[in-house]
Amino acid sequence: MSSTTLGMILFLAFVAATLGITFWASRQTKTAADYYAGGRSFSGVQNGLAIGGDYMSAASFLGIAGIIALSGYDGFLYSIGFLVAWLVALLLVAELMRNSGKFTMADVLAFRMSPRPVRTAAGVSTIVVSIFYLLAQMVGAGALVGLLLGITGDAGKAWTIVGVGALMIVYVVFGGMKGTTWVQIVKAVLLMGGAALVTLLVLANFGFNLSALLGQAATVSGPEANPQSFLSPGLKYGTEAQGLAGKIDLISLGLALVLGTAGLPHILIRFYTVPTAKDARKSVLWGIGIIGVFYLLTLVLGFGAAALVGREAIAAGDAAGNTAAPMLAQQIGQEIFGDVGGTILLALIGAVAFATILAVVAGLTLASSSSFAHDLYAHVFKRGQASERQEVVVARVSAFVIGAVAIGLGILAQGQNVAFLVALAFAVAASGNLPAILYSLFWKRFNTAGAVSAIYGGLVSALLLVIFSPVVSGSETALFKTADFAWFPLSNPGIISIPLGFLCGWIGTVLSKEYNAAKYAEIEVRSLTGVGAEKASEH
Amino acid sequence: MTTKEHDASVYEQVQESSEFQDLKRRFRRWTFPMTVAFLAWYLLYVVLSGWARGFMAIEVLGHINVGLILGLLQFVSTFLIAWAYSRHAERKLDPIADKLRHEVEEKSK
Repeated sequence: MSSTTLGMILFLAFVAATLGITFWASRQTKTAADYYAGGRSFSGVQNGLAIGGDYMSAASFLGIAGIIALSGYDGFLYSIGFLVAWLVALLLVAELMRNSGKFTMADVLAFRMSPRPVRTAAGVSTIVVSIFYLLAQMVGAGALVGLLLGITGDAGKAWTIVGVGALMIVYVVFGGMKGTTWVQIVKAVLLMGGAALVTLLVLANFGFNLSALLGQAATVSGPEANPQSFLSPGLKYGTEAQGLAGKIDLISLGLALVLGTAGLPHILIRFYTVPTAKDARKSVLWGIGIIGVFYLLTLVLGFGAAALVGREAIAAGDAAGNTAAPMLAQQIGQEIFGDVGGTILLALIGAVAFATILAVVAGLTLASSSSFAHDLYAHVFKRGQASERQEVVVARVSAFVIGAVAIGLGILAQGQNVAFLVALAFAVAASGNLPAILYSLFWKRFNTAGAVSAIYGGLVSALLLVIFSPVVSGSETALFKTADFAWFPLSNPGIISIPLGFLCGWIGTVLSKEYNAAKYAEIEVRSLTGVGAEKASEH
Repeated sequence: MTTKEHDASVYEQVQESSEFQDLKRRFRRWTFPMTVAFLAWYLLYVVLSGWARGFMAIEVLGHINVGLILGLLQFVSTFLIAWAYSRHAERKLDPIADKLRHEVEEKSK
């Protein structure tokens, strides 16, 4: 049996199991709190695993291992930003949001503001961030299939995107938050298990001597002139050839990574799935543990691939290095257990990669459709007059529509270099959402004009700067290679757009006289003590 | 019980109470400086990765260099801060928050 057949069987087993869960969850999903927040009945540990499941995307599993395998140390730099970011969520956001919100990010912002403009802004920003992220994942799914399951040709890839999209729609429309959370939990366990297994085998191969592993990685995959430079920063981000702009770009990327996480809508709604703020804290602690260990595993996987498979072979498989982890799995399996071992491990990691993509796209679809139904439909269009039942119906319909749009765009964007969309999603989250959330929770004077200016200011500045950056035009790797309207030298807008978002929020606030002391007292007391926080539903 | 049953004056009373002010101070005095500290420590690491590459490349233990050790220390500090925060919250914040919540919920019954 070939590894693609075995991989397909493992993947179908995952699909069957998750569809079973979705069917079970759909029968338990009755109220809006069930659909949006899984009845708030998940434990801290379960939600911690689900946080890992939502966060460890194919970009961070295959992508970071690939960057390390091709460019050495710089991939590690990426994962550190992704991890440290969780401290912002733990210390400043998770518990206070759980205490003062209900279903979406906008609930916290709209608390003491005029609801319609704030919910419109937050809804737009949520949908934009989630769709960028979603699109990047969908295009990635099409590309990965070719590599992992041997499906070639545009039609094959297009059908894969349709398949992934259809499954994601089923999970979200029928399973709601309860089904989606269980899909995340299953995926997180599989991903951690698969990554840990390959890591152990790689380390065992080097007698558990990390230095020996690094040495071989540098010798095999480092640049000929200076192999050791593979083990220190500078081969990918802010290379000496890019000069000062490249190094400032590195800082800009670092800022977006570390400040973006706590503003990602699909992460924020995770805090509502647990019964209390203490469980929200516990789930972030578990999330930090799982995500941290996972990035340590990818460090070994990346350098392991560089040492055992080699840079050239990996780059020949995929220019971005996305196949480094699966190729390593096959290689190490073959070396230790022979051909059959290699086949089994490759199939296993391929199936895990698919499960990863599926789970993340489901989380994103849920976040964007929830915000559409709860913020835009129920509070903006219906002015708070929609019934819970209507809201959930709209949420399900919009999940279907958003899923269909993502499938269509994913097929159209096939073969385009859309990796920048992930960085853009983080930049928008850090520049628009995070200032609005932090100001709402901590700044007494903050008001409607401030919230709206922070969100639109951050969103628009991040978008514009990316449109006029080298990732969209004027370079060989750009989206439009032939055009050149790139006057902004950095590929990451964060260093400009994040301070600008905070500044817009401040200016908007001080220019408006609106201030409601009673409402500020309420959100401050509620967020810190949990008075009147939404309770778990009884089942 | 939903929030609508509370009138705003209850919240304003709680907000002005010395216990709540104490809770708020304990929360902010710990989390705000810590946030500044870990962001500064992270930015220092990123800046060193951009501008002090010779330093990052110094080998300490076999092929394990300063850059790798500093990177791993970011993991260690993240785990430690997360653990320290949960300890601080359990000991210094939760008891006051629980007591205040209880009081407000009693009052509004």
